[in-house]
Formats: sequence, structure tokens, C-alpha cells
Amino acid sequence: MIRKITLSAIAALGLAAPAFAAGDTGHIEDHAFSFEGPFGTFDQMQLQRGLKVYTEVCSACHGLRYVPLRTLGDAGGPQLPEDQVRAYAEFYEVFDPELEDFRTAKPTDHFPPSSLAEAPDLSLMAKARAGFHGPYGLGINQFVKGMGGAEYISAILQGYTGEEKEEAGTIFYENTAFPGGWIAMAPPLEDGYVEFDDEHANDLAHLAEDTAAFLMWTAEPKQNARKEAGFVSVLFLIVLSVLLYLTNKRVWAPVKRRDEDQS
Amino acid sequence: MAGIPHDHYEPKTKAETWLHKRLPIAGLLYDTLMIPTPKNLNWMWIWGIILTFCLVLQIATGIVLAMHYTPHVDFAFASIEHIMRNVNGGHMIRYVHMNGASLFFVAVYAHIFRGLYYGSYKEPREITWIIGILIFVLMMGTAFMGYVLPWGQMSFWGATVITGLFGAIPFIGEPIQTWLLGGPAVDNATLNRFFSLHYLLPFVIVGLVALHIWAFHTTGNNNPTGVEVRRASKEDAEKDTVPFFPYYVIKDVFALAVILAIFFAVVGFMPNYLGHPDNYIEANPLATPAHIVPEWYFLPFYAILRAFTSEVWVVQIASFVTGGIIDAKFFGVLAMFGAIAVMALAPWVDTSSVRSGKYRPMFKWWFWLLVIDFVILMWLGAQPAEEPYATFSLIASAYWFAYFLVILPMLGVIEKPLPQPETIEEDFDEHYPAGSESASPQASPAE
Repeated sequence: MIRKITLSAIAALGLAAPAFAAGDTGHIEDHAFSFEGPFGTFDQMQLQRGLKVYTEVCSACHGLRYVPLRTLGDAGGPQLPEDQVRAYAEFYEVFDPELEDFRTAKPTDHFPPSSLAEAPDLSLMAKARAGFHGPYGLGINQFVKGMGGAEYISAILQGYTGEEKEEAGTIFYENTAFPGGWIAMAPPLEDGYVEFDDEHANDLAHLAEDTAAFLMWTAEPKQNARKEAGFVSVLFLIVLSVLLYLTNKRVWAPVKRRDEDQS
Repeated sequence: MAGIPHDHYEPKTKAETWLHKRLPIAGLLYDTLMIPTPKNLNWMWIWGIILTFCLVLQIATGIVLAMHYTPHVDFAFASIEHIMRNVNGGHMIRYVHMNGASLFFVAVYAHIFRGLYYGSYKEPREITWIIGILIFVLMMGTAFMGYVLPWGQMSFWGATVITGLFGAIPFIGEPIQTWLLGGPAVDNATLNRFFSLHYLLPFVIVGLVALHIWAFHTTGNNNPTGVEVRRASKEDAEKDTVPFFPYYVIKDVFALAVILAIFFAVVGFMPNYLGHPDNYIEANPLATPAHIVPEWYFLPFYAILRAFTSEVWVVQIASFVTGGIIDAKFFGVLAMFGAIAVMALAPWVDTSSVRSGKYRPMFKWWFWLLVIDFVILMWLGAQPAEEPYATFSLIASAYWFAYFLVILPMLGVIEKPLPQPETIEEDFDEHYPAGSESASPQASPAE
């Protein structure tokens, strides 16, 4: 019977994964981000660097419409001090339907949406893309490596070959990570494009990874809390299982006639 | 609760007597909880409790989610993000609800295949089986509509594809489709009615579950031997059974804790594993995703739906005979619903006088082939509609129907069953000989 339970479990877990297989995606390399695996957490400093890259580069065209600015101060995220969150919010102008006009943003507002219609909103991008699908399409390694959404973003930022082509008035750039190979977004980053106060490495690879980590946080801001809850639940249930196992054995002992000397 | 003779509830205090004369609810609860249950049930008999738990879990989390969700095409997607970001504990509640649906289906498939192997559907449990199939169908409908609510790309396009199936019905298909959707295409009206029904159907399932339990409490549980509990006297019955409480309550709760440990590992560490990344993109009627893939638990039936293309001779014959009324699309729809309908027929197509698969040497092979077939169909449902998957799907679908319509009726005639134990007690004692100390601590009841 165990065989059957195992089969059902395999059916449930293993075969759902091919659902991730998404056509002719480019090649995405795995990268060991700090937030992967059951115990992985966001690196606060990396998120702050990613926020800087987003602010100076990405936000020119893209938006984060689902992300409230105040969450920049939340634990488990970039965790900016309150005054910095307030100061940061003032960078942005948001449309206020009550005023019917634009005004300076407050921490309770969300990031503005994309300013360029063709630029997709980035709030959930790291969850809306699966970079890789594990061995044999089973995808069980998502448990340790994540879905590859962050890797996908990082790979796109680093995947430009330098080739360009023009089609119907739009310039396309060749990108090894983009499905189809040609992307309309011009190369947004290069070595040393953004500078950090602590003089952290700012070559293209580092900038891309920091951006990807930040966008993973915007997509899953409660990730640390979720993993903690998962960890506590699993631990509690394992202890409970052991106790129930012993209770079950004890309850059934008289019925199974092994009761004589087992109090 | 007719059936197996056992002690009934006797009010002990004055207050209990007072209540019992007016509303014998304590008696009902007592008789339900203390029902004599075969003492040789194995670990495949845990799924009923797991399923009941899933139903309660989904209703409880769902009610909280509904407090924060907005069923409108302009706000649905954003309201989910609101739940994920701003509602206290909202991200956990939603991930539990999302993955709870998967746990529900893992359990229901295990439960159904348990019933198929041990002949739980056979006389006198046909009604239990039929109600079970109805619950399964309602579960699929509820899960499908629930998946539409986040209003992501897969929600929208899944809804478009599945409701499109109704459009394949000849003559009346299109009006039915329009009626279901509340308009010419999946839109706000569709989202609203799906939300309404997604909230309603679980309570219909609760009612059917009550009937399901009532039915098998009347006939008594099946058990791994398929041999009935002796009912001549209370003493006889007590040799074959134990009261449900505490024996099976403790056992089932133990199993539940183990399964929940795995469940919370998935929820905590990879909650999106069983979902599709495209559903984190808001629904866009102008952009079709590269692959429209249903949730994993629909894949076997989705594979059957797609298996019957216009190149298949059965489809061509059906089309010719009906003068084109049954085309490939409609045939696929009939096959998909038929795949569930043939399961409902199991009590009448199975001609074997032996209930449990344990004592049916030939049946065993065909049964395990059916399990493998189901897994293969699940895999095929996720593959693109092209060769060689199309041919595989056709073969696997054919086996699904053949199992119920050809193999089960034939086996009863040609198979020589193995000797069965006289009583449940005999089977149980074989596993746990009197005074045995050597019984392994790992041994489970009747494993």
C-alpha cells in the first residue's frame, strides 16, 4: 500500500511540473541566491542595492504598481529606516484620483505603474517567469533552487549579445535569455552603471543579481515570514506525529494482543 | 444506523434524558463516533478523514479569503496581491488554500483507487460509490472555478478553453456557453458567477459528504479482505470490529499529522510549485499564453479530451453515422465526461463475486496497469498536442475505457479467485497471532 501512496505522491508532485515547460525559452543558468532553499532569506544589503538600481534605471520605464512604498521599511525586506522610507517616497509623483492631479507620493502610496505602455509591470515578474524546470522536467529541485524567476531576470540583464535589428520601426536587441532571442528593451545596465555608497562591486553581473534579488522581494515580500511559518508548522507536526504514533500504538496494543507486558 | 449490531446511546443524567426525548442529537453523534469498524483496515483507509479535513480547511480559509477578495475584472488580481501583501497572515492563508486544493485531489485520487482495488463500490455500497463520484465531479467544478478567481492569464484562458467545451454540444452548445458565461466571452459576469458558485458548491459537497457517510455507516465499512462483518449477534460483530473511537480516530489523526507535515513543507518552502507562473500575470484577453495547461489534477481528463482528434477512426465512424453531428470536438467532450461516467458504472460492470482485489490474481495486474495508465495520462495532459503524445494519449484513453467496459466484465467470468478468509477476525489474527512478541514496531494494523 505504501507503494500506492508513493505513486499517488509522485503523480501529484512530479507530473505537475511539466506545466512549467514554456516553449522555446532561452538558456538560464542557476545562481545560488541567498533566498533559495527552505532556510534561505533575503540579504537586506542586496535588496537595498537592488532598490537603488531599480530607482536609477528600471523605474524610468517600468513600474511596481502592486508594491506599497511603506513595505520598503518592513522586516524581511530592504528594511529602510522610517525617515528614509518617507524621503524615498518623495522621489515619486503619483496620480491622486481625489485631487484629479499628480502629487508627491507618501509611504502609504504604491510605487507608480509603468510609465511606458510597452514596459511590463515588474511587481510579480520574478514569480511570473520560470527560468528552469529541473532535471527531466520534474522540477522537484524547486525546493532548493527556487523557480528560477530571479535567475531569468538576471540572465535577461546579462544576455545581450550586442546584435540589433530593426523590424517595423522597432529596434530589437539580441538576448540569449529571452524567449525567441530578440527583445525590444535596450540593454539597461553595463559595468559600473550604478554606484553604491559602500563601494560594493558594481560590474554587470553584480548589478543584475542585485536587481533580480530586489524583484524577487517585490514579488514575494513575505517570503521570510512564510518560510518561518513553514518551518514552525513542520517541526510542530513532526513532534505531534511522533506523539500520535506512540498513542496509536498504545491504543491498538490490546486489540493486537501484544498487551500483556506493555503497560 | 442500522446494520452491524452494537451498543446504542443511553442517556445517563437527567439532563441527557431530557434532551434525548426532545432531540436525540447526542445519540446520533455517539452512534456515528462509536460505529463498529472492521479492525483490519489498512493505511489506505485514512483518506476519508484526510478528505473531510481538506473540505473543512478549504471552507475555513476560503471564507477568510472571500472577506478580502474583490470579484471584479478590474480589481480581482489586485485584491489577491492585497491579500498577499497587506492582510495579516494573508499570504499563508492564500497559499494554504491554493495548495489545499492539491492536497484535496491527491487524497481523493488515493481514495478512489483504494475503492477500485478493494471493490468498495460493489453491492451493497453502490450508493456510497455513486455519491462519491458526484462529490468528485463537484470538487472538479469547484476547483476549476476557484482557479479562475485570481484572474491571472491561466485563470482567464483556462476558463475560456473549458467553457468552450460546452460550445461543442451540437445545436444548443453556443446558447448554453453564452448562458454559462453570462455573455459572449469570459468577462466580469463570468467572474462574478464563478465566485458565487465557488462559494456555494463546497456546501453542497458538505451535504453530499453527510449522505456518503450515512450510506456507508448503514452498510458498514468495506475492509481489505472484502469479507463482511458478522452480524448474527453483537458478540460476533465485536470479534470483527472495533469502535471507530478511539481506534481509528487516533490512527487517522496520526496519518493526518504526517500528511500535513509534508503539506506545510510545500506551503512554506515551495508554495508555487504546483501552480503556473503565467497566473502571476494579470488576465489579458488579447494575449494568448504559449501553452494553456490546466491544474495537475485535471490533466488525466484533459488528456482524454484531447486524445480524440478527427484522424481517429472511432471519431470518423461516429461522425459518419451521426451525419457530422458528433464531430471530433464534441467526441472529445463526450469522452472526457464519459471517462468519469464509466467509473460510476463500476458496481454494475464488475461481474466478479469476489470483492477485494487481494484475492483476484488476474485483476491485480489490470488494476495496477490502470493506476499507471492514470499517471501516464496525467503526464500526457501536460504535453503539447503533437506526436508522439497524441498517439500515446489515444492508447492510454482507450485503456481507461477498456478497463471498465471490457476488462472488469470479462475478469469476473474467466478469473479463478484465491481462497478468502472466513471472517475478518481470522484475517486479523493471521497478522497478529496471540501472544506474539515478534510483531515489528513498524507494523501497522493489517499491513
